[in-house]
Amino acid sequence: MTITIKSLSREEYLLPGNASCPGCPASLGLRLLGKALGKNMILVVPASCTSIIQGPYPKTSIKLPLINVIFASSAATASGIAAALEILGKKGVHVVCWSGDGGTVDIGLQALSGAAERGDNILYICYDNEAYMNTGIQRSGSTPYGAWTTTTVLGKRRHKKNLPMMMVVHDVPYVATASIGYPLDFIEKIRKAARYKGFKYIHLLAPCPVGWRFPPSKTIEIGRLAVLTGMWPLYEVERGKFRLTGVSRSLLDKSKRSPIVEYIKIQGRFSHISEEEIRILEEYVDKLWEDIRKIIS
Amino acid sequence: MREKIVPISTPAKGAVGKTGFWRTFKPIIDREKCIKCLLCWLYCPEGAILRTDDDITIDYDYCKGCGICANECPRKAIEIVLER
Repeated sequence: MTITIKSLSREEYLLPGNASCPGCPASLGLRLLGKALGKNMILVVPASCTSIIQGPYPKTSIKLPLINVIFASSAATASGIAAALEILGKKGVHVVCWSGDGGTVDIGLQALSGAAERGDNILYICYDNEAYMNTGIQRSGSTPYGAWTTTTVLGKRRHKKNLPMMMVVHDVPYVATASIGYPLDFIEKIRKAARYKGFKYIHLLAPCPVGWRFPPSKTIEIGRLAVLTGMWPLYEVERGKFRLTGVSRSLLDKSKRSPIVEYIKIQGRFSHISEEEIRILEEYVDKLWEDIRKIIS
Repeated sequence: MREKIVPISTPAKGAVGKTGFWRTFKPIIDREKCIKCLLCWLYCPEGAILRTDDDITIDYDYCKGCGICANECPRKAIEIVLER
């Protein structure tokens, strides 16, 4: 079932006048999360940009029950909340982890893997801005090859950790990738995930104007280009069944993918990149899709 | 008795103030060109585009002027001007 813009609720769960930077993909993601699930949700937020977006005590910009926790413990805290809800017999309340890439692929990985293995009834959403943006753009396990950060001044030398696939091998009911460039696809995946009982994981690519060095008006455009160039394939894995979604369905054929330079050239973090490094990134994308081809066939 | 301080925040609009003051560039909707497709409303990270029954308006008190609305408008109905 396709979702239309007009069918979305006007109710806002991220209030304006919050502390996010102009053009922030995390604040848009939070807005969309509210539109997808409504008020019946409890958010768990580890140290991340979202801790700041809420604004200073005693006010908050997020109109949902929310608990701020330390970096490594978001999935574990969510597990506890889900267990408490079950014992209290409260049905229809979604426990959602809203965590950055640092809190997911690096520091929060152990708690995340544990919760997934136990099959705790939570929805874990990682908004991936590909570095520790909140503390000053340090590289994370999710930073792509060649990208500048303040700790990889000549460009990172390792590829991005493929976390969605790592969650797939945990054999959980639902895993999906999404991009902020395709909001309706993201909302559809959240709603689909919420229908499953057990551990659900969504990895949202969130292009950050500050850390990726592009004008704030281009956030959506870059989120779209990441998908069109094949750098970020959109897919979902429902009960072990892999399916490409949206525009990614036609991108298995390499000739349909836009050249990755279109994605790279508008980002300042790749401004120093050499022909050789672009070739390495291209090979990475080809391998990503070759792996997908193997899964499908 | 000492006052009890509880570390619980309450939701409020403008938790960090009127963020419209941050703006360098200001989006202006051209009513003639607008087809009310609501894409700008969907894409606004701030929720600063207000959707009424059959119209949209920009909440300049909170719009940070990122320009996503103008960049994404399919009819190029939103113009970006320098804030004065």
